[in-house]
Amino acid sequence: MADGTLAIYRRLVAAQVRSQAQYRASFLVELCGTVLFASVDVLAVLVVFRVARSVGGFEFRAVFLMAALSTCAFALADLTVGSIERIRAYVRTGLLDAVLVRPLGALPQLLAADVAPKRVGRVLFGIGLVGVAAHTARLDLTPARWLLLLVTPVAGAVLFGAIFVASATVAFWWIDSGEFAAALTYGGRDLTSYPMTVYGGLFRRVFAYGLGFAFVGYYPALALLGRRDPLGLPAVTGWLGPVVALGAAGVAASAWKVAIRHYRSTGS
Amino acid sequence: MTVIDVRGLRKDFTVRVKAGRFRREARTVAAVDGVDLAVEAGEMLGYIGPNGAGKSTTLKMLTGVLYPSAGHVRVCGLEPVPRRTRLARRIGVVFGQRSQLWWDLPLRESFELLRHVYRVPATDHRTRLKWYRDLLDLDAFADLPVRQLSLGQRMRGELTAALLHGPEVLFLDEPTIGLDVVSKQAVRGFLADLRDAGDTTVVLTTHDLADIERLCRRLVVIDHGRVVHDGTLERLHERYGSRRRVVVDLDEPLATPVDLPGATVESVSADGLRISYALDSATAGALVARLAAVASLRDISVVEPDIEDVVARLYRA
Repeated sequence: MADGTLAIYRRLVAAQVRSQAQYRASFLVELCGTVLFASVDVLAVLVVFRVARSVGGFEFRAVFLMAALSTCAFALADLTVGSIERIRAYVRTGLLDAVLVRPLGALPQLLAADVAPKRVGRVLFGIGLVGVAAHTARLDLTPARWLLLLVTPVAGAVLFGAIFVASATVAFWWIDSGEFAAALTYGGRDLTSYPMTVYGGLFRRVFAYGLGFAFVGYYPALALLGRRDPLGLPAVTGWLGPVVALGAAGVAASAWKVAIRHYRSTGS
Repeated sequence: MTVIDVRGLRKDFTVRVKAGRFRREARTVAAVDGVDLAVEAGEMLGYIGPNGAGKSTTLKMLTGVLYPSAGHVRVCGLEPVPRRTRLARRIGVVFGQRSQLWWDLPLRESFELLRHVYRVPATDHRTRLKWYRDLLDLDAFADLPVRQLSLGQRMRGELTAALLHGPEVLFLDEPTIGLDVVSKQAVRGFLADLRDAGDTTVVLTTHDLADIERLCRRLVVIDHGRVVHDGTLERLHERYGSRRRVVVDLDEPLATPVDLPGATVESVSADGLRISYALDSATAGALVARLAAVASLRDISVVEPDIEDVVARLYRA
């Protein structure tokens, strides 16, 4: 009878999938669309290497691995947390009221109720891409590196997810926050597809280290390839992705808690 | 037992007002400005007020949606915002404008999902659902996706959805808004049954005063964030001088005006053949007797005070 909390969320996700299945044709079109979009990002990397032999001091196979890890991480985050960008509509229209009167956490409810199954295509594409990139890079896969290869996209997804949530909370203060959140999330994804060495001074400090984007693709790829960091950080940095991701998730959760208290709702 | 206990409740909003081409000034507006309210178990309370009076804001603070700026709030003994999820199991909410149902799924599936969300034992769920199915005639449309329901059908679905977990308190924010006459009657009839069963405390906001007349013994009127009336409907009529009227039709106009203490002439029409008196302290009987002595009466009617008038006067005050 009494389900566990996870089972309740599973039912909410299933309900959303059934709802989407009502619009089958558009679902299939969108499924293909998301795969196409994901492949465009990787294509950009290929294009760059048609004109340059190396980018930021790294050859194709290294950058391809970074891009693959980043694409896979982003796809995972987009599937599970990406729908949070709809929070703007919830806040603006006051729909969040209906969410808050249920005996469940507001954030997990929103995520479960708005999950977009079409984004599964992108995740499958991302996983395949990591496989291809790992093969192309001829990685020397020790058991530890195997583990790192598997954990990295998940940690990256948690980091992207944290940034999705934290930037979405802006909507509580600033309803016309427009594409502010998208600039951080999608911008972050594009940024993580390249080695951090290509970015300069302040920009690198803020985005690579401040927001943690260097830990999505760049440092784990260095560790997987057994390379030294031209920026001078020790080898262990490549293994810190999960730590950074959990820290970011903690910050995002606090931001969410504060934000929900700021919720003003709308008239009637 | 006091189910809802509110003292000195306030909610301030900061609004930004244009003050010049680029400058905007922040101003604080009190949407709810010191509301006191105590609701006993089993009561059905009408909570009314003009648009923007603070009704919905109050309801949102009672349900844990909004954080109060100041004041004491307890619902079922719980402080709503910090105990939001625990309170949610013990209250039901229908916001007329926001659906609790799954738009693209059959109504039946929404009920089943809510059973899990609220962790209602299957047997309790079946018993309650059976009861509401009969009362609200849900079977006719339970298999349709919610998006295909008429507003009246959807509202019946919303009411069921809010009650399936057996809440102690039900908050209804404009449950009859936009409904046709038949659907309104169905909803009112259902709420009357719910009131008579006596297990559920109900707070009802509405703009349709017929809802109140039909359902609520007690009425709280709020305006500009403050309670301006708390009592029965009759008490409201007394207090705001809503008066019964006597309208008489005469065979001939009166030669001299009839004067009776406690009755005033409101209007004279049809060339003096129809006179409408408003009664303060005088009785209709005394007035009619007095008139009959000096004129020949063709017809008499006594008009009860109209709640719409009273409330309109109250809002304007």
